[in-house]
Amino acid sequence: MTNHWVDIKNANVVVVMGGNAAEAHPCGFKWVAEAKKHNNATFIVIDPRFTRSASLADHYFPIRTGTDIAFLGGVINYLLSNDKIQHEYVRNYTNAPLIVSEGFKFEDGLFSGYDEPGRKYDRSSWGYEMGADGYATVDMTLQHPRCVLNMMKQHYSRYTPEMVSNITGTPKEEFLKVCEILATTSVPNRTTTFMYALGWTQHSVGSQMIRTCALVQLLLGNIGMPGGGVNALRGHSNIQGLTDLGLLSNLLPGYLTLPNEKESDYQAYIDKRTLKPLRPNQFNYWSNYPKFHVSLMKSWWGDMATKENNWCYDWLPKLDVEYDIMRQFELMYQGKMNGYFCQGFNPLGSVPNKAKLIAGLSQLKYLVVIDPLATDTSCFWENHGEYNDVDPAKIMTEVIRLPSGCFAEEDGSLTNSGRWLQWHFKGAEPPGEAKGDAEIMAGIFLKLRELYRKEGGAFPDAILNMSWNYAIPHVPSAEELAKEYNGKALSDLIDAKDPTKVLVKKGQLLDGFAQLKDDGSTACGCWLFSGSWTEKGNMMARRDNSDPSGLGNTLNWAYSWPANRRILYNRASCDPSGKPWDPNRKLVWWDGAKWTGADVPDIKPDSAPSEGMNPFIMQPEGVGRLYAIDKMAEGPFPEHYEPFETPIGTNPLHPKVVSNPAARVFKGDMEQFGKADKFPYAGTTYRLTEHFHFWTKHTELAAIMQPQQFVEIGEELAKEKGIKAGDMVKVSSNRGAIKAKAVVTKRIKPLQVDGKTVHHVGVPIHWGFKGVTKPGYLANTLTPVVGDANSQTPEFKSFLVNIEKA
Amino acid sequence: MALQSLDIERRSATTTPSPSQRQTMEVAKLIDVTTCIGCKACQVACMEWNDVRDEIGTNVGVYDNPPDLSGASWTVMRYTEHEENGKLEWLIRKDGCMHCADPGCLKACPAPGAIIQYANGIVDFHEENCIGCGYCITGCPFNVPRISKKDGKAYKCTLCSDRVAVGMEPACIKACPTGALQFGSKERMKMYAEERIVDLKSRGFEQAGLYDPPGVGGTHVMYVLHHADRPELYAKLPNNPRISPMVKVWKGISKPAAIAGLGLIAAGALLHLVSRGRTVVLQEHEQAAKKESES
Repeated sequence: MTNHWVDIKNANVVVVMGGNAAEAHPCGFKWVAEAKKHNNATFIVIDPRFTRSASLADHYFPIRTGTDIAFLGGVINYLLSNDKIQHEYVRNYTNAPLIVSEGFKFEDGLFSGYDEPGRKYDRSSWGYEMGADGYATVDMTLQHPRCVLNMMKQHYSRYTPEMVSNITGTPKEEFLKVCEILATTSVPNRTTTFMYALGWTQHSVGSQMIRTCALVQLLLGNIGMPGGGVNALRGHSNIQGLTDLGLLSNLLPGYLTLPNEKESDYQAYIDKRTLKPLRPNQFNYWSNYPKFHVSLMKSWWGDMATKENNWCYDWLPKLDVEYDIMRQFELMYQGKMNGYFCQGFNPLGSVPNKAKLIAGLSQLKYLVVIDPLATDTSCFWENHGEYNDVDPAKIMTEVIRLPSGCFAEEDGSLTNSGRWLQWHFKGAEPPGEAKGDAEIMAGIFLKLRELYRKEGGAFPDAILNMSWNYAIPHVPSAEELAKEYNGKALSDLIDAKDPTKVLVKKGQLLDGFAQLKDDGSTACGCWLFSGSWTEKGNMMARRDNSDPSGLGNTLNWAYSWPANRRILYNRASCDPSGKPWDPNRKLVWWDGAKWTGADVPDIKPDSAPSEGMNPFIMQPEGVGRLYAIDKMAEGPFPEHYEPFETPIGTNPLHPKVVSNPAARVFKGDMEQFGKADKFPYAGTTYRLTEHFHFWTKHTELAAIMQPQQFVEIGEELAKEKGIKAGDMVKVSSNRGAIKAKAVVTKRIKPLQVDGKTVHHVGVPIHWGFKGVTKPGYLANTLTPVVGDANSQTPEFKSFLVNIEKA
Repeated sequence: MALQSLDIERRSATTTPSPSQRQTMEVAKLIDVTTCIGCKACQVACMEWNDVRDEIGTNVGVYDNPPDLSGASWTVMRYTEHEENGKLEWLIRKDGCMHCADPGCLKACPAPGAIIQYANGIVDFHEENCIGCGYCITGCPFNVPRISKKDGKAYKCTLCSDRVAVGMEPACIKACPTGALQFGSKERMKMYAEERIVDLKSRGFEQAGLYDPPGVGGTHVMYVLHHADRPELYAKLPNNPRISPMVKVWKGISKPAAIAGLGLIAAGALLHLVSRGRTVVLQEHEQAAKKESES
C-alpha cells in the first residue's frame, strides 16, 4: 500500500476493484466501514461478481474478467477529455510535461521495438528526449505534441465509453457513473482510495492493470494524500515481508536486484543501478544503491567482504533467467530440476495446471516440504481417488517432510499491507517434533557447511564464509535476525558536519538507513528495515496508538518502512510551496525551516520548496510516471490485451494483437490454451471469507463454515444448462476438469461483450484432497500456464471453461 | 448461567417472586445488517466460546453454512438475494435468539428453571433443567431454539450471559471485524442505531430503521435494517412477531393454584421422554394445550 489500512477512513471515495476486501481482508475492511460511517464516503465495487464487498457498496458495477485496463483506460480518457484532472499536481508532480523520444511509436497494438519471435521488446526507443545538459527535456506549458500528457491523451482517445462498454461488458451509463464519481476527487480536497489484490495481479497484464490505476490516481492528484493512494492488499501473512526481504528469484533484500550472468563486472553492476538524476535538483534516492548493497554484503560475509574483492561480488549468484514458480515447474517437467525445497508453500495448489505439476514433481529425485500441515504438495504421490488420481508405485520421488511451527509458535515480525512491521510473541511451543523455520533452515545450512568443509566442492566459498554469529548457531533467534536486518556500525560513524562527534559507536545498532555507508563501515541485512530495531529498542514492538492528528498515523505503533513513514510520497500532499492541498487533512508541511507534520516527511527534510525538489524521490526525475519509460515489459502506457484464453477470441482495439505480446509462454503450454468454441465461459478463481488459502481446510471450525467445494454461476447460465442450486456439476478447461456443487445466483450476470453474451463461472479455490473439509479438487486443475510479463504471476483470474451437470 | 440469583427477573414454571433489590442496566446487541459482510466470524466465535461444534456438513447450493440453527449452531448467517428496481441487494442477516422482553419460550416452558430471564434482559436456557419437550420452540415467534440431536435438550444463544456477567461483551461482538455487531445498554444501542439510520437515509434508504418489535415487548437483540418497513425480506424476519396464543395456556396454568398440576405435567413429560421419545410428548402436550385454549 502507498498508504495504510487505517488511512482508508480518510477517503471520500473508496474503490474496491481487482480485489474483494470484505471477504479476503475482513479485518482491514473495517476501515471502509469507518470511511462510510464517519467520512460520508462513497463506496464503489467493480467486479465480475456481486461479492460480499459489493453487498455494502453504494454502487456495484459488473465487469468482464481481465478487462480492467480497458475500463480504467476509459476513465483516463474521460478525465482528460472532460478536464477533470488536478492541474497543478499533474504539471508539477508527474512526468506530464516531459518530452518523449521521437523514436517511440504505438501502432496496431504494438509499441516500437517489438521482437516477435522472442516475444519481447527492445525498449531503447521508449525513453525521454534528452537535452544537451544531460537531463530529460520538458515543456511546462504542456503544449509540445510529444510531451507525456499529449501522448497520453492520444493513446487513450481510443478508449471511448462505447469501446469500454464493448470490451468490458459494463453498460455505458454505468461506466460513465464511475467516471463521474471518480472525477469528483480531482479537486485538491477530495480523494479516492483504490484497494486491489490478486484480482489485478493474477492476469497476464496484471502489473499494467495496477499501473493504469496509478495513472488515474496521479491525474486526480490522489497519490501522497491522506485517503488516497494505490493500495495493494497483501493476501498472505507474511507476503509483504517476503517481498521486502527479496525472496523472489531475481531480488535481493530491500528490492536490490541480483546481477544477471552478463554482469560479471562489479562496477558496471553498481553503476547501472546507481541512477543518475533525469531532472535538476532531484533527490534521486537510488543514488544510494552502493551504500545499501555494500552494507548487505558486509552483513552476509562480514570481514570477508572487502573493497579489494568488490565486497564478494563474485560470490553472488548471476542469473541466466528468472526462476519464477512457472519456470521451476517447467524445468521439473522437462526433467531438468532434480530437487525441490518447499517452505510454507503449497505449489500443487498454487501454481497453474495441476496435471503438469504432478508430472513435474514425479520426476524429482527428492522433495523437501517444510510446513506445519500435511499439505497437498507433500502428499502429491498419494492416490485420493478422483481428487488425486496418481499411481504411487510409479512415483520414485523421495519426499521428506520437516514439520515446522506456525506463526503463533515463534517470536518475530509480520509486515502488513500497510508496510508496518509488527512484532509478535510466541504463544505456544510447536507440537511434537516441529521446529521453528529459522531452526530448520539453520540446521540444513550447518550440515551443508560441514559437508563442504569435509568434502570440498565446486564452489564452497559463499557457504563456508557466510557470517553466522548467533548465540546458538543452530537456533538463530528472531531478535538476532531482526537486529541483523536493522544493521549496525562496524566502526565508529562520525558526523559529517562535526568530525568531533561520533553518531554511532562501533558495534551499535543503526538509527536508520540514512547512516549506511558504501565503505564497509556498516552492515545491514535489509536497508528498508533499518530503523526497526535500534539502540532504543525494538521499534516493531511499540504499541502506542495515540493519534494526535486524528488521521490515523500512529507513529508510535510498530514500525513502518521506510523510515517509519506511514504514507509514501507524502510531500505530494502539499502544493509546490509546501502548503497542504487540503487544510482539513494536513499530513506534512514546510514550516519555513524544515519539513514537519503528522507523518515522517517523504522528502529531504531541509530542502526548501523553492529548491524544486519533487515528491517522487525514488525516481531520477522526481515525479510520478504517467509514462513508464523502459520499466514495463509490454510498453510505457498500459494497453488492453485480452486474457490468453479469451471468450471473444479477438481484441476489439487491435484484432491482430489479441493478448499480451510480451508475456512469456513455454512451448507446450501455448498448445494447451483452450478456445471459446469448446470452452465458452469466462472462468475465474477466488477466495472466500470462510477460508484462508489451503490452510484452513485443515481446521474444523473453518470446515464447518464452508465444508464443500462449489462453483458459482448466474441464473441465466444455470437455466440454459439445466443446472439447479445444489446440483453436482463438472467444470472443465483444456487442461482438466473438476466436480463441485453448484451455487446458482443472481450475483453473476451475463454481460454483452463485442456482440456476444459472456457468462462467468466462479471457482473458489480452497479445497483439495487433504484436510478435514469434504474432499475436493485443487482448482488449478483448470488454470493456464502463463503469467504477467513483468512479475510472472499466473493468470488465475481469466481462463476458459465449460460447465455441465455431473 | 453465571449471573447471580439477584439478577433473575423471571424463571420458567416458577411462581416464587424474583428478587428486585438490585438495579440492573438493560443491555442489547445491535446487529447493523447494513455493515455486515457475512464473514461468519460471529458463528466461529460463538462455537469457540461455548465449546460446541456443529457437523462438517455439505454445500446445499447457497453460502449458508451450517444451513440452519442447531444444538451447536446458536447463530447462523442467512443470505438473501433481493432485486428491486433493477438493483441487486445481498441482504445478510445474522439469525439467532432475539432475547425478547416478553419471552414466549419462557412462558411456554413447563420445566422449572429451564429458562431464565435476567434483569438485564438476557433470556437464558439452563439445560440441566430442560426436559426436551420443545415447547420453547412453539413459544418462540422467531423459530430460534433447537433440540440437540446429542442430548435431546433445547439450545440457543445465551447472549454470552457468562461473559456479560463479568463485564465482557458477547463473543460474537468481539469477533466482528466491521463493527456490524455492537453491544451495550439498550438505550445506547438505540442512539447508535439512530446515527446509522440517518446515514442510510442519506444514501437513499428512506425506509431504514430499527427493528425492536413491540409485539414481544421489544427485544435485546435489535437490527438496523435498510428496509425496516419489510423485515420479511431478510430471510423471513417476522414483520410483527407475537407469542403464539397456545402459550397463554401455559401462562394460565402456571398460577399458584395449578402448581401441583404443573409439577405432574413436567414429571409426566420427563417420563414420556424417557420411555417414548420426544415427538410423542410434543404431540400429546400440544393437543392438550389446544384443547384448553379452545375451552
